[in-house]
Amino acid sequence: MNAWLLLLPAAVLLVAFTHYPILATIRHSLFISRRNGTEVFVGLDNYRSMAADPIFWKALINNFWFALGTIPTSIALALLMAVWVNRNMRGRGFLRLAYFTPTVLPMIAVANIWLFFYTPDYGLLDQLRGLFDLAGWNWLGSPSTVMPCLIVMVIWKEAGFFMIFYLAALQQLSPDLEEAAAVEGASRWYTFRRITFPLLMPTTLFVAINAVINSFKLVDHLVIMTKGGPNNASTLLLYYIYEVAFTFQDSAYAATLTVVLLVLLSTLALLKFGYLDRRIHYQ
Amino acid sequence: MKFFGRTMVAAAALAVLSLGAGPAAAVDLTMYYPVAVGGPVTKIVDDMVARFEKENPDIKVTAVYAGNYTDTMTKAMTAMKGGQPPQLSVLLSTDVFTLMDENAIVPMDDLVTDKSWFKEFYPAFMANGQIGGKTWSIPFQRSTIVMYWNKDAFKEAGLDPEKAPATWDEMAAMAKKLVKKDASGNTVRWGVEIPTTGYAYWMLQALAIENGQKMMNEPGTEVYLTAPKTVAALDYWVGLSRKDDVMPKGSIDWATLRTDFLEGKTAIMWHTTGNLTAVKNGAKFNFGVAMLPAKERRGSPTGGGNFYIFKSATPEQQKAAVKFIHWMTTPERAAEWSIKTGYAAVSPAAYKTKAMDDYAKGFPAATVARDQLEYAVPELSVHENGRIYKFVGDAVQAAVTGSQSPKDALASAQQQSDRVLRAYK
Repeated sequence: MNAWLLLLPAAVLLVAFTHYPILATIRHSLFISRRNGTEVFVGLDNYRSMAADPIFWKALINNFWFALGTIPTSIALALLMAVWVNRNMRGRGFLRLAYFTPTVLPMIAVANIWLFFYTPDYGLLDQLRGLFDLAGWNWLGSPSTVMPCLIVMVIWKEAGFFMIFYLAALQQLSPDLEEAAAVEGASRWYTFRRITFPLLMPTTLFVAINAVINSFKLVDHLVIMTKGGPNNASTLLLYYIYEVAFTFQDSAYAATLTVVLLVLLSTLALLKFGYLDRRIHYQ
Repeated sequence: MKFFGRTMVAAAALAVLSLGAGPAAAVDLTMYYPVAVGGPVTKIVDDMVARFEKENPDIKVTAVYAGNYTDTMTKAMTAMKGGQPPQLSVLLSTDVFTLMDENAIVPMDDLVTDKSWFKEFYPAFMANGQIGGKTWSIPFQRSTIVMYWNKDAFKEAGLDPEKAPATWDEMAAMAKKLVKKDASGNTVRWGVEIPTTGYAYWMLQALAIENGQKMMNEPGTEVYLTAPKTVAALDYWVGLSRKDDVMPKGSIDWATLRTDFLEGKTAIMWHTTGNLTAVKNGAKFNFGVAMLPAKERRGSPTGGGNFYIFKSATPEQQKAAVKFIHWMTTPERAAEWSIKTGYAAVSPAAYKTKAMDDYAKGFPAATVARDQLEYAVPELSVHENGRIYKFVGDAVQAAVTGSQSPKDALASAQQQSDRVLRAYK
């Protein structure tokens, strides 16, 4: 009984702000709301029109490429930076701070700064290209470059954040192991591959889950930089949900799209708890 | 007990204070408004509101800048669903169907004492807001698309700097001469730029009108995107960049286009007349403003924002809102607004005021948008406007970036629009 009482505050919050909204969303996706406020049960109709909606598929595929583009690179970069600044060297504090800065900056400000980088002709990137007599390029206005541009920006933003986790994990590692490896004559790369990296796996998993969630959570930059354009080339799932829910005021269809996002993310969570956790060595 | 007593005193004091502050009959109004052009527009609005409040101490107006037109509509709708709608707003004149469908607004007819007020405005600006015999909105920041041209660039290219292109063919031919390349063959100045983000449907509609094609039907339940003349309009637009090489490839941003023009990156731009004053203040070269060129005819859709009054406001608030709207659109204020921003003044009387008359004499570009009204048609306005705008905008962007032919892109937009509009027939 006492245990339940202790759990109660957390349980109330979880139910009120997580579980109930999820159930309400699922229910709402089975209805359409008319403009005059009444609701009509339509079964799976919303899901059928979703399957026929080219913008939804485009957003889903974009999200896949976006995740693939950002997650591995930002994790690798974070690890590299963490290993590098985890040594005794001059300016270490400054370097760590520099890597972490992108995370601290407000998203909207960041988006505006990068918008300037990518502006055709007089943006920073095109001015650099101008030094080599290359013509200006419409970075965010071309379907072929808009996604890579966003990916680069997000890697820049995320890598520093993930580095902090790796740095903390690296400092927890016992130096004995490394010394023992050194005595045995193992190369640095071998030590990293067989000792350091496996011991960092719990951190890697945590960071990877965060990276996946973030790749589905990006909205602010899109609002400022591309509005999902050109021709939906940079529309991600959550941005499309925002557009449907607030610009088009179609909450039923937005709920349907949200259910897809929910299913995607909970599948990932199940994968983590059911499969990956068992294969990772926790100290 | 002591504590209780002190609280009572404090509460009583507060009650007295709040009674003392301001007249008892004060009406509070919240207004959302958008800004879609350059220049210190928020300051101009704040200044006008302050002067209104000074003249009408019993009405308090909180003017909230809410982003571009889409953002403002989104915020107003979200606030309404959240139970705290504004009492009035400046929203796209074309949002009227959506606002009616949402049951958000009241017609002005029952709120005004004298309906002859409606006749003071240009009929072209009233057109979007008069549906089913009722007047649902009052024009405020209204515009047409105009063509800005850089006279210095024209001179440099050996063209008559006082003569703007009058037809599509002329514009394409002149633009070719206006393109300037540097030693390594990179373009440093484009011939012409037409924006493809934000309001692409608006630009496409202008081209379609000039080509002799309507884009929608009167009840707002049909769009004509696959009509051969609409396709030809997009063909011409896309051809400027893909065939003639006089316009940058890829999408052209609505917001930064003015900077492109001011920096001399393009010799001609199509933009709203609402940007006129910002261009005038920023241009370091001679420039001219002309009506859009013709194919079969001249033409531009009207554009811009109207005042709407929300249904949920109390009768006193609605009355106060009408008073405010009336004040903001009197000829003197309409002239002032037009001079400070470049938007077209909403009534013929405004152009007869001394201020506007003097201004136009020294700066003839100020009346181009008005003169163009003769050829103007109402802006694309249908049910589910937000969605339809997106479909058309996507199609334009697919075409200018070369990922689809104009025909295919518009066919897919038509198909998606038909699906959405089916429910309103």
